[in-house]
Amino acid sequence: MNAKTLTHLQRLEAESIHILREVAAEAEKPVMLYSVGKDSAVMLHLAKKAFHPAPPPFPLLHVDTTWKFRDMYVMREKAARTAGMELLIHQNPEAKAKGINPFDHGPLHTDMWKTEGLKQALDLYGFDVAFGGARRDEEKSRAKERVFSFRSANHRWDPKNQRPELWRLYNARKAKGESVRVFPISNWTELDIWQYIHLEGIEIVPLYFAAPRPTVDRDGLILMVDDDRFRLHPGEVPKMRSVRFRTLGCYPLTGAVESTATTLPQVIQEMLLTTTSERQGRAIDHDQAASMEKKKQEGYF
Amino acid sequence: MSTQDPIYKTDALIAEDIDAYLTAHQHKTMLRFLTCGSVDDGKSTLIGRLLYDSKMIFEDQLAALEADSRRIGTQGQEIDFALLVDGLAAEREQGITIDVAYRFFATEKRKFIVADTPGHEQYTRNMVTGASTADLAVILVDARKGVLTQTRRHSYLVHLLGIRQIVLAVNKMDLVSYDQAVFDRIRADYAAFAQGIGIADFTAIPISGFKGDNITAVSANTPWYTGPALLPHLETVEVEDTRDQTGAFRMPVQWVNRPNLDFRGFCGLIASGQVRPGDAVRVLPGGKTSTVARIVALEGDRDLAVAGESVTLTLADEIDCSRGQVLVAAQDPLEVADQFEATIVWMDEAELVPGRSYWLKIGTQTVAATIHAPKYEVNVNTQEHLASKTLDLNAIGVAVVTTDRQIPFAPYAENRDLGGFILIDRHTNHTVGAGMIRFALRRAQNIHWQATDIGRTHHAAMKNQKPAVLWLTGLSGSGKSTIANIVERKLARMNRHTFLLDGDNVRHGLNKDLGFTEADRVENIRRVGEVAKLMTDAGLIVITAFISPFRSERDMVRGMMQPGEFMEIFVDTPLEVAEGRDVKGLYAKARAGQLKNFTGIDSPYEAPEAPELRIDTTETTPEQAADLIIARLIP
Repeated sequence: MNAKTLTHLQRLEAESIHILREVAAEAEKPVMLYSVGKDSAVMLHLAKKAFHPAPPPFPLLHVDTTWKFRDMYVMREKAARTAGMELLIHQNPEAKAKGINPFDHGPLHTDMWKTEGLKQALDLYGFDVAFGGARRDEEKSRAKERVFSFRSANHRWDPKNQRPELWRLYNARKAKGESVRVFPISNWTELDIWQYIHLEGIEIVPLYFAAPRPTVDRDGLILMVDDDRFRLHPGEVPKMRSVRFRTLGCYPLTGAVESTATTLPQVIQEMLLTTTSERQGRAIDHDQAASMEKKKQEGYF
Repeated sequence: MSTQDPIYKTDALIAEDIDAYLTAHQHKTMLRFLTCGSVDDGKSTLIGRLLYDSKMIFEDQLAALEADSRRIGTQGQEIDFALLVDGLAAEREQGITIDVAYRFFATEKRKFIVADTPGHEQYTRNMVTGASTADLAVILVDARKGVLTQTRRHSYLVHLLGIRQIVLAVNKMDLVSYDQAVFDRIRADYAAFAQGIGIADFTAIPISGFKGDNITAVSANTPWYTGPALLPHLETVEVEDTRDQTGAFRMPVQWVNRPNLDFRGFCGLIASGQVRPGDAVRVLPGGKTSTVARIVALEGDRDLAVAGESVTLTLADEIDCSRGQVLVAAQDPLEVADQFEATIVWMDEAELVPGRSYWLKIGTQTVAATIHAPKYEVNVNTQEHLASKTLDLNAIGVAVVTTDRQIPFAPYAENRDLGGFILIDRHTNHTVGAGMIRFALRRAQNIHWQATDIGRTHHAAMKNQKPAVLWLTGLSGSGKSTIANIVERKLARMNRHTFLLDGDNVRHGLNKDLGFTEADRVENIRRVGEVAKLMTDAGLIVITAFISPFRSERDMVRGMMQPGEFMEIFVDTPLEVAEGRDVKGLYAKARAGQLKNFTGIDSPYEAPEAPELRIDTTETTPEQAADLIIARLIP
């Protein structure tokens, strides 16, 4: 018999599909958190593969902050439509009423729109399992994250109370009110994600490719002026620069990099030759040492 | 510090021809490996070094690392690579690694996933977890200390979990002046030990994680060493991912895909072998056969799928097949059994309770299972067999496992997916243990159910009643026996055929060999449950009066009965009240320390969470209680 050697991407794909199906089989009411970024795009693509020819047997949930890039909102609608999946959008009504925004409220912005918004949405719909696109290589505190990450009834993550995961056996049992965050692409790296997008021809938000965009400099980050809510300093005029984004979030908090990469291979090339890590473009990580760990305990993804 | 320049310079192709680079890298393979060693062996330093030398450390991370090294590092002004991998804030402060961390790096040839596990004895559970998915293990030894107890422990665990590729990394060679004699002695010591526990082969490499010797390239400091450096070895060692393909086809069915009436796809990850359209397959348990019609995929049907791939198959015939069953090659099926001998690793703070019912998850199915008292426990340091009645956290032992139904399996040594299982506590839902099937017991294969001509329906019909179990649970002195007696008297007057099983009475006969330890209490209830079950088969209404303090066992008995036949009745009497009555004088004895394991005093009572009936004896007389029970039984 001729053995067929599986490539690393084939192995990762098989593992992720296995995880997605395991949740579909064992969860009461699963949902896929969809953030419109490249990791979400890969996770959604894997879900399509896992359940083809049926559409994935769960809805997509976007926890919206109202401050995402406009291109992301366009992509969100398109992706859900193409996948034949229901798209649920949640915006924290309290954050909305208080006008919480990234300019005036700093960390509170992320806390209220994202952390609180996510908890609200999960409670509102009664989802017991939520898929997330987090990867273990993103940040040190995530290296020990389980694929099935348990949250107490009040959504807290207790590092001491996580279950051992052996072989391909995931224990999804839980008490009423408890929930599980499941990360099907835990073992993918940034490079794996890009290679897979390239290989499978997965559509991603154009912001990942370089284009002339109106930008300003803020605290060492290049920010894009995506709409007229952006607060310019007196006399400041946005500068057109060829930039792209390595990660996507709220546009006033997401740093761009100057780039001329307009194709996927060029983007991957830049990524491989770059000397700074992916999360550097995100303002939230710089708050304090071990900040992700703290955020996770509070319920941020 | 004497850093050699990283040998793994960024591939020149990236800059010159990215398309060619991408094509090359799509064919990379993957190796998952485990590193074992204690805090002092330099394990974190080695991993940090591998990440650093394979260019996985970015400038911003390096800047943070340099700052951290100066602040909390243990290497003076030099870079402390260990800080790269010590993740959570809590453990960084403690200076130890307390869990399994997964790291990733890639070279031109391979992607690597490293399971970084602590090596201390208390963390056997973590090492076993890390080893369960690894193809290779790097066992670190400090050159100054040689083969230690922990080296033997790590090797035993790695071998137990079925890892065939072992690297003995003799670290800190710089601290023994790169002395060949030291290395040779350690290698010989290890070879003698490894052979003894059945490790056929290993590769020993002299390294310095701190200085970088023999990590990415052969070091000039060890001219006497002729083998490969560590990273080149990891890049070229044969990955065993193709081994599973050589076996017969097996796929645990994970999900049945039914988008409409015309399509029924069986989804799963192939555990062994290969499959093509037209192959004859069998569904286990059951044994129905069919042939594979299609291998369905988003990008179009495929003509071959192999072990390790997640696929969707359709069959030519409409046969019953659901999650938990296993599709196998029709001519080469799997063994099916319900009793096994298995090696069990205990992973929970609460010790194993032999006889208690746990959930057992194997492949894609979850069944109820009980673990018998261990045949022996293994001392993980010396590999000696010890007598033991139970297994506590991090203990490893061999025991018989009985499942409530037949499951298809393969011995763990043949296939991890078909022979590895986890045990789940029915109440806490924690993963409390992991097991590896050694073989099925012949008893399971030879004892069959004898079909009888007069069945339970017939028995019940002759008595003109519906069988039931009225299970009274509550503290000693709560009034269970009193109420049970009245219930039986009243039912007798109604011409109902009953039998009363009383806790004290049963302990005079059937269970006179049992004491009051947790394990004995579990066995007591299990036997009573089995007797009650036989009596319901005979058509009787069974009334039981047992303290039955643990939820797990009450649930186990409930699970034995037909749906709707089990009525849990909580005779709820506060401890003060029961103790105040103290009809048998037992509470006084327990308080005086003359009676051990007395429920409510030094042994817990787990009140029912959702009993069919709760009787508050502070507000209800025994007579009223009996009427309530009968009203519930015969509405």
